[in-house]
Amino acid sequence: MAGVIAARRRKQRVFRWAVLVVLGVFFLLPLAAMLEFSTRNSETWPLLVNWPKLSDTYPDLAEGIVSSLEQAALTAILMLVLLVPTTIWVRLRLPKLRRFVEFLCLLPLTIPAIVLVVGLAPVYAWVTYFLGGSSLTLVFAYTILVLPYAYRAIDAGLSAIDVKTVAEAARSLGAGWTTVIVRVVLPNIRSAVLSAAFLTVALVLGEFTIASLLNRTNLQVSIELLGKSSATMSVAVSLAALLLAFVLLMLLSLAGGSKKEQK
Amino acid sequence: MASQAVAAPRRKLRGTALLGTVPFFAYVTIFLVIPTLVVVIGAFAGDDGGVSFANVKALTNDYILDAFGRSIVLSAVSAVIGAIGGALLAYALVTSKAGGVLRRVVTSAAGVLAQFGGVTLAFAFLATIGLSGFVTVWLKDHLSIDLYANGVWLFELPGLILIYTYFQIPLMLIVFLPALDGIRPQWREACESLGATTWQYWTRVAGPLLAPAFLGSTLLLFANAFSAYATAAALVSQGSPIIPLQIRGALTSEVVLGQQNLGKAMALGMVIVVAVVMGLYSLLERRTAKWLG
Repeated sequence: MAGVIAARRRKQRVFRWAVLVVLGVFFLLPLAAMLEFSTRNSETWPLLVNWPKLSDTYPDLAEGIVSSLEQAALTAILMLVLLVPTTIWVRLRLPKLRRFVEFLCLLPLTIPAIVLVVGLAPVYAWVTYFLGGSSLTLVFAYTILVLPYAYRAIDAGLSAIDVKTVAEAARSLGAGWTTVIVRVVLPNIRSAVLSAAFLTVALVLGEFTIASLLNRTNLQVSIELLGKSSATMSVAVSLAALLLAFVLLMLLSLAGGSKKEQK
Repeated sequence: MASQAVAAPRRKLRGTALLGTVPFFAYVTIFLVIPTLVVVIGAFAGDDGGVSFANVKALTNDYILDAFGRSIVLSAVSAVIGAIGGALLAYALVTSKAGGVLRRVVTSAAGVLAQFGGVTLAFAFLATIGLSGFVTVWLKDHLSIDLYANGVWLFELPGLILIYTYFQIPLMLIVFLPALDGIRPQWREACESLGATTWQYWTRVAGPLLAPAFLGSTLLLFANAFSAYATAAALVSQGSPIIPLQIRGALTSEVVLGQQNLGKAMALGMVIVVAVVMGLYSLLERRTAKWLG
């Protein structure tokens, strides 16, 4: 028996490395090619880290980067303000509504962004009428897009603690509902809130469909525009954006992983 | 006793408790429910605002049916390739040391790459196998192989399939790994002590157990590819081979008279396909949870 298991182990090791090497080449090759492509012109990378010169040479790109960062921050804030109090409130006071709220939050998963944009066009005609055509107005649509991911993260955080008992304890000590939500429940789900915010930022930085079709700008739209005039620069920016997303999501998954291990 | 005392005022308070959810429901109504209704109702509205089936009928036009067909082929092929590749990778990880560095690095990387769609992915492949891409040039210089001897396929269906695989395999890894983890080594030992061969173990025990999870994950990959827009939009500027690009055309170009709402009808068609696929997915998911949960 021991011989059989040892033989299987060996076979599995060979299989494992074969799969990892083949897929590793497939996944690393485009990244390596991007690096090679973007260094064909030696001025590309120095220009990319020199912000004043970059915004001078490629004003559209600079505008896209700034809009994307602003959109990411505002979407994260709007998502938290909208979702965190509501989910806590529904759990504590309106448990019958929980399934309905969950359904609404997960609905965007079955509606492709390209479909949402078709329906959003008339709504955004009103948004433009009231608030103007700024790229920041995309925040409204992005909050809907991130709803499923943010809801799952926050809901998982709330399920891990006994919200009801904690809230009742605080109430019996004389705390108001605002105090319960902000000072008692919120600190307990800090890591869930943080991961919801991380996911939001990553998603917003990668969004293209809605921004492009509603004629607004963000990082991805400006990269696509840049691709038409300067291929090297657009590939360099793509790689930089990708590495940024990589670092962001790596931090998220490592934070999640180390927490699981503690348990 | 205590619960009875609390019950009476609580019932009165339900109305005020509902007030707390008003901002959320108002927001979701404006930016999610209304857009959905706009698509659904718009698909059945004529240019004069009356009820009309002209848009839905127009879906049977050859060029729209072709676009739907190509979208489905693209999604199905990339889903199957992604599912097989992802499942092999998942099995490779399961046989490695549990909680090891390899497994954590690969799953974290997959989490990032599964999200890696969009414009950047299109540019990554342009830099790799575009006309002046790294691999294209290298193959031509060193092995004198011309990738595009039979025409440039990168901007057509084969190219899109290749590029979509890049985010499908990592997604498969993420959704299929938990199911593989549910397979217990004791089951294999039990099979072997009863005299089963490896082939029998895979076809009679592990295969049937994993089948719902595998099929469900493949459906999820299908929906994922079917909804994707940005990569194709950045890559294909001539023509509209797949349905999301047809919708782009309907949104951005001059509207053909009598077809103002054709985009909405195509959008509704997409929603129906995705809804059917996701419905099947959740059925299979329930079976997986029962067997491997």
